[in-house]
Amino acid sequence: MRRIISVLLENESGALSRVVGLFSQRNYNIETLTVAPTEDETLSRLTVTTTGSDRVIEQITKQLNKLVEVVKLVDLTEGPHIERELMLIKLKATGSQRAEIKRTVDIFRGQIVDVTSSVYTVQLAGASDKLDGFVQAIGTSGVLEVVRSGVSGIARGEKVLSL
Amino acid sequence: MELLSGADMLIRSLQDQGIEYIYGYPGGAALHIYDALFRQDEVKHILVRHEQAAVHMADGYARATGLPGTVLVTSGPGATNTITGIATAFMDSIPMVVLCGQVASTLIGEDAFQETDMMGVSRPVVKHNLSVRHPSEIPEIIRKAYYIASTGRPGPVVVDIPKDMTAPNERFEYAYPKKIKLRSYSPAIRGHAGQIKKAVDMMLAARRPIIYAGGGVILGKASGQLTELVRKLGYPITNTLMGIGCYPASDKQHLGWLGMHGTYEANMAMHHSDLILAVGARFDDRVTNATEKFCPGARIIHIDIDPASISKTIDADVPIVGPVDAVLKEMLALVKDSKEKPDAEALASWWKQIDEWRAFHGMRYETSPDVIKPQEVIEMLHRLTNGDAFVTSDVGQHQMFAAQYYKFDKPNRWINSGGLGTMGFGLPAAMGIKLTHPDDEVLCITGEGSIQMNIQELSTCNQYKLPVKIINLNNQALGMVKQWQDMNYESRHSHSYMESLPDFIKLAEAYGHVGVRIDKKEDLEPKLKEVLAMKDTLVFVDIQVDRFEHVYPMQVARGCMKDMWLSKTERV
Repeated sequence: MRRIISVLLENESGALSRVVGLFSQRNYNIETLTVAPTEDETLSRLTVTTTGSDRVIEQITKQLNKLVEVVKLVDLTEGPHIERELMLIKLKATGSQRAEIKRTVDIFRGQIVDVTSSVYTVQLAGASDKLDGFVQAIGTSGVLEVVRSGVSGIARGEKVLSL
Repeated sequence: MELLSGADMLIRSLQDQGIEYIYGYPGGAALHIYDALFRQDEVKHILVRHEQAAVHMADGYARATGLPGTVLVTSGPGATNTITGIATAFMDSIPMVVLCGQVASTLIGEDAFQETDMMGVSRPVVKHNLSVRHPSEIPEIIRKAYYIASTGRPGPVVVDIPKDMTAPNERFEYAYPKKIKLRSYSPAIRGHAGQIKKAVDMMLAARRPIIYAGGGVILGKASGQLTELVRKLGYPITNTLMGIGCYPASDKQHLGWLGMHGTYEANMAMHHSDLILAVGARFDDRVTNATEKFCPGARIIHIDIDPASISKTIDADVPIVGPVDAVLKEMLALVKDSKEKPDAEALASWWKQIDEWRAFHGMRYETSPDVIKPQEVIEMLHRLTNGDAFVTSDVGQHQMFAAQYYKFDKPNRWINSGGLGTMGFGLPAAMGIKLTHPDDEVLCITGEGSIQMNIQELSTCNQYKLPVKIINLNNQALGMVKQWQDMNYESRHSHSYMESLPDFIKLAEAYGHVGVRIDKKEDLEPKLKEVLAMKDTLVFVDIQVDRFEHVYPMQVARGCMKDMWLSKTERV
């Protein structure tokens, strides 16, 4: 099952390599990974999406917790949560395609953020499957370049991951 | 406040940490540190002949004393040579601090002479590693390194020290931190009371219980509590290879150790139990055999300081995260206060069954009128040393024979590389122990394969007068490899012969020691007595043993706990 694990990590050099190293050492799978400092600059927030059996996921969270620089973590998929990913996608846009693409972008509530005579660059945010849906709707033949941020997530309601 | 250079701060920190011995080898990036070492005499340095041996020495010291060992090496090859030793300590959760020189911070990343990314290289085999970024951080980093290495589930910690951090001309205020607190690291200090209560209720209601204890009992200094609890309950106990000595082997409740080469009765009792109390053990593959067939009727209580060890390979019904000594103490108090008592009738019939298994097999081997059997050498050593020696081993058949036939009644006496299986571990580990236990008998039980992996340390033994006794069970082959080839590859002995063996007697003499060869059965006892009487001399005893012996029992691959070969021809 797919999981979103959110980690508060000491913002120190080498801390990220420990997390990434752990996944490869123990043969766990990383689907996406995002990391950036938080409002407290001594801490980084890292979000990793992964898949595995319940036993594997339990091991992943335990092994992550064992890393000395991991302060706290939560498996967001255990409760209600919001998940977002940002995509920038460059599309071939000429002739009648231009209007069609614009309509599709509107339906997905994206924005065209850069335009040339033959190319649209589209920005789209949402859950990963929404981004997948957009790429599918456009059709891969028109796609010139895709860049995705990986998933960020946060729990719904009052629950917070902080010190 | 005192002003000290980084190198002086490092050595002062070791003094303030109470470190008596460090093991190491100098080189360019560590020279400021070695100079600081020279200008004091509190911290004693032991110069090895290869950095791997320095780590095993520190490891042997740590296993025998329960205190963290310390290693000092230079950058590059000095650092990378420690990796096997560090991985050995990591697998067996041994507390240790490895101080590595590094090229100057201004050169890092430029492929400088003797530069290796030791932080990156060591990362998968350390509990943690730390890099010095400013000389003034050194006291705190050293304090942190020992704190992390020796608390929670212990393990090795590497400290990477760029050369400019120890420069003699820059001085900073020195103060050694009394306490250290890390917001991201706080090992459990006691188990969950509700879980402990639940576990005790289950233990008292069990009809076929067994205690399965591991190295965590020794690391957690909980042998006393464990022994008291087991005696109070009257239940059978087995332990892992790493747990040897955590409960007296001579006691009748002890079934011997379990797993791949464990006793028949221990493996049978595990398989047929209805309750397993696992204490500081990690259900490793050399214990469980095929996990899906593991102990089908047993419910499992698992006590461990490391949550990640619980339900990793075998699901626990009652997990208890906490230090084993504290948890066992609480369990004992509950057992004493409880109105419930173990079902005497069920327990009597369980013991009857176990005694039948013991009578059916037990530990045994065929003796021969003329060939020396490796097992009898170990039994004789046990007798001649009153079962009280520190015994280190290398890896292979001799290791299994030593563990099977030397009956340890005390913890911290059986010193072996159980997790990583590192050949070359035995001699340096024995040296580390002898250095701090000069009046105790220290035996290194080895084979002609393993001993050659760190044979150069005979020179270190000469320099520091370390009269360990090396017992070389010489079967002229890589015995365990050969055994597997006999059993699984129709005796095709691919590269398992040791051809062109050195004359170990001359070799020992060349290093300034005494060598004794034993090749006749009738010489075994008198010569071993002579060897053990040479208290102040390192003796290399080269014993020609049966070349065709196998280690039994041996679990059948991919079977359950009770599927075993009991000899070359008997399978159950």
